[in-house]
Amino acid sequence: MPADTSALHLVISGDPALLAIVRLSLLVSLSAVLLAALIGVPLGAFLALTRFPGREGAIVVLNALMGLPPVVVGLVVFLLLSRAGPLGSWGLLFTPQAMVIAQTILVAPIIAALSRQTIDDLWVEYRDELAAMNIGPAGRIATLIWDARFSLVTALLAGFGRAAAEVGAIIIVGGNIDGFTRTMTTAIALETSKGDLALAMGLGIVLIFIVILINALAWGARRAGERVAG
Amino acid sequence: MTMRGPVGDLPLTFVDVSILAGEVTILDDVSLTLDPGAPTVLIGPNGSGKTTLLRAAMGLTAATRGRITWGGREHAPPDKRAFMFQRPVMLRRSVLGNLIYALKAAKAPRGTQDDRANDLLTLVGLQALAQRPARRLSGGEQQRLALARALARAPTVLFLDEPTASLDPHATLAIEDAVRSIAALGVKVVMSTHDLGQAKRLAGDIVLLHRGRLIEHTPAQKFFVMPRTQEARKFVAGELLV
Amino acid sequence: MFNRRTFIAALALVALAAPASAQDKSIIVASTTSTQDSGLFEYLLPLFTRKTGIAVKVVAQGTGQALDTGRRGDADVVFVHAKSAEEKFLAEGESLKRYPVMYNDFVLIGPKSDPAGIKGMSDVGKALTTIKDKQAAFISRGDKSGTHIAELALWKASGVDIDKDKGAWYKSIGQGMGAALNTAGASNGYVLSDRGTWLNFKNRGDLAILVEGDKRMFNQYGVMLVNPAKHPSVKKELGQQFIDYLVSPEGQKDIANYKINGEQLFYPNANDAGA
Repeated sequence: MPADTSALHLVISGDPALLAIVRLSLLVSLSAVLLAALIGVPLGAFLALTRFPGREGAIVVLNALMGLPPVVVGLVVFLLLSRAGPLGSWGLLFTPQAMVIAQTILVAPIIAALSRQTIDDLWVEYRDELAAMNIGPAGRIATLIWDARFSLVTALLAGFGRAAAEVGAIIIVGGNIDGFTRTMTTAIALETSKGDLALAMGLGIVLIFIVILINALAWGARRAGERVAG
Repeated sequence: MTMRGPVGDLPLTFVDVSILAGEVTILDDVSLTLDPGAPTVLIGPNGSGKTTLLRAAMGLTAATRGRITWGGREHAPPDKRAFMFQRPVMLRRSVLGNLIYALKAAKAPRGTQDDRANDLLTLVGLQALAQRPARRLSGGEQQRLALARALARAPTVLFLDEPTASLDPHATLAIEDAVRSIAALGVKVVMSTHDLGQAKRLAGDIVLLHRGRLIEHTPAQKFFVMPRTQEARKFVAGELLV
Repeated sequence: MFNRRTFIAALALVALAAPASAQDKSIIVASTTSTQDSGLFEYLLPLFTRKTGIAVKVVAQGTGQALDTGRRGDADVVFVHAKSAEEKFLAEGESLKRYPVMYNDFVLIGPKSDPAGIKGMSDVGKALTTIKDKQAAFISRGDKSGTHIAELALWKASGVDIDKDKGAWYKSIGQGMGAALNTAGASNGYVLSDRGTWLNFKNRGDLAILVEGDKRMFNQYGVMLVNPAKHPSVKKELGQQFIDYLVSPEGQKDIANYKINGEQLFYPNANDAGA
């Protein structure tokens, strides 16, 4: 199936509708990754470093949540945010904010589980030295998160990959409204269902290219940082 | 720069201390007193419990039975104690970053941290490598940094677990010289070693361990010339203790 | 580094804080995927927005889903094409008035090879029973949409109890018109489609219009304001402005002027009381 080069022409010519779609995709997914990181990294660090009854069960549940089906999350958030639902008065249904919320829920377990693993690995190395320096629980969490920050970038990228690729949740809570909540993935779904497969494929290639670009930028930042801090 | 301060952790006493890991006895009914003064060196075969004794004295490992007291206190935070591990782990920071971290952990006053860090680097001869990522140092350099980190705590008791086990003679000499200087400044050094020669060179008194039991605790000169116990005699003669 | 981080954090907070301002002069219209796929909204809505400054956000779903969105109060206006379902909506008190707006028609699509031999039939009921008798592949939207409801009505009108008589040849996919056309093309099957989606559909492959023009294939559109007494969040003034535009002479003219490849798609009939 030949990709429609018109999609690439739209990018090069800076077609405003396409740029708006790309902008919204990045805004929603990057916001979700940021919020998910604020939740997930400390949670992962906490699980790695603290012993409490039920910890093993919590880790199993967290790992399982990585596989949350996006449509199910979308449905739950939809029911919460609908005017007929408990949070209806917030008026968030069919807005980009709702999409960010849904994607944050999807991405946070991934970042938390991967952070836990990364920090656990570093903790095995650091444990004795930090104990000998009498570092308390808060200091441990802060030190490990900071020292593991470059490895944690990989966890963030995994989260971003999930967010940028998904369509099931955001199409339900966003409504795929033209010019308002239409992202690259929802646009691809729409064009496919309209039968314009070439355009859908072209958009898909643009999306893949953007994701690769983000990964390359993150990789470059990581290498530069590692060179400085070792 | 003098490090003689309040000797809050000394004398450090073990009273009938046993440490078990599950079914296995690692330290068996050990009673011991460490007083201020010249270095105490722990010797004994592999698995005799040297590392565990050091860790317990530091406060890293708890006694399963018996009591450990620091200057008479049963629970004493390790503010004035420092530990250098056999294989020290460098933090993922620069050499200087590692030292600043140790100084912060020891609650050194903010304004003095940079100066103290530089003094410590000079002390262990790593000033030229201050900005290098600590993980890229050689084994001997890492050991020296670990020593500097321990000293950053301005300890009154310094524990070293086989500090030169993996080092070449040149680096070993550097560490031994540093230990001698530190002891001369009044810091109580408690270290373990496999090297009887090192024990002879550094020890004020010797502790011999075998299978978790304390066999002898004797001033160094006496120990090497006229050991009291059968095991000590065999060990000094170079025989395997089984 | 810290500055960039705070900036990104602020960006996220702004992204989260935005809704209050963005929804000031806008309405949400729940409509159907076939209407959206016809391209009517892309043509009509800018005309309305330019005139009134009101932004129209269309959430396109199946008819059943669109009406349910109205029932939950998540939309201000519903604009669908299934009169019986709309009248049920009215009877429930979910809206106070239904306005007829326009009609278009359905066409029976199938492979050019026409295995069931129905091409050119003027009686769509006969065409459907032939398809059933020959057990030719038939794709149903199966999604409670206006098109699906119309399809079921046509089976009924042709004397077929589709629930009883369906077999492996009848494929209910639970998706929109475009997906149904894709499936029909892929499985050499027949499908009932609205003309608008068909005219815009680019993946025709071997498909073509085989039956059209039967009066029973006409598809009436109606628009309703969601009852503000039941759902206080409904923007009743702005919503009513949109409805007034659709049924006004100007709006009706705009609807008639919408063409695909020079062909008119929708026939305005707001003045037809019985529609």
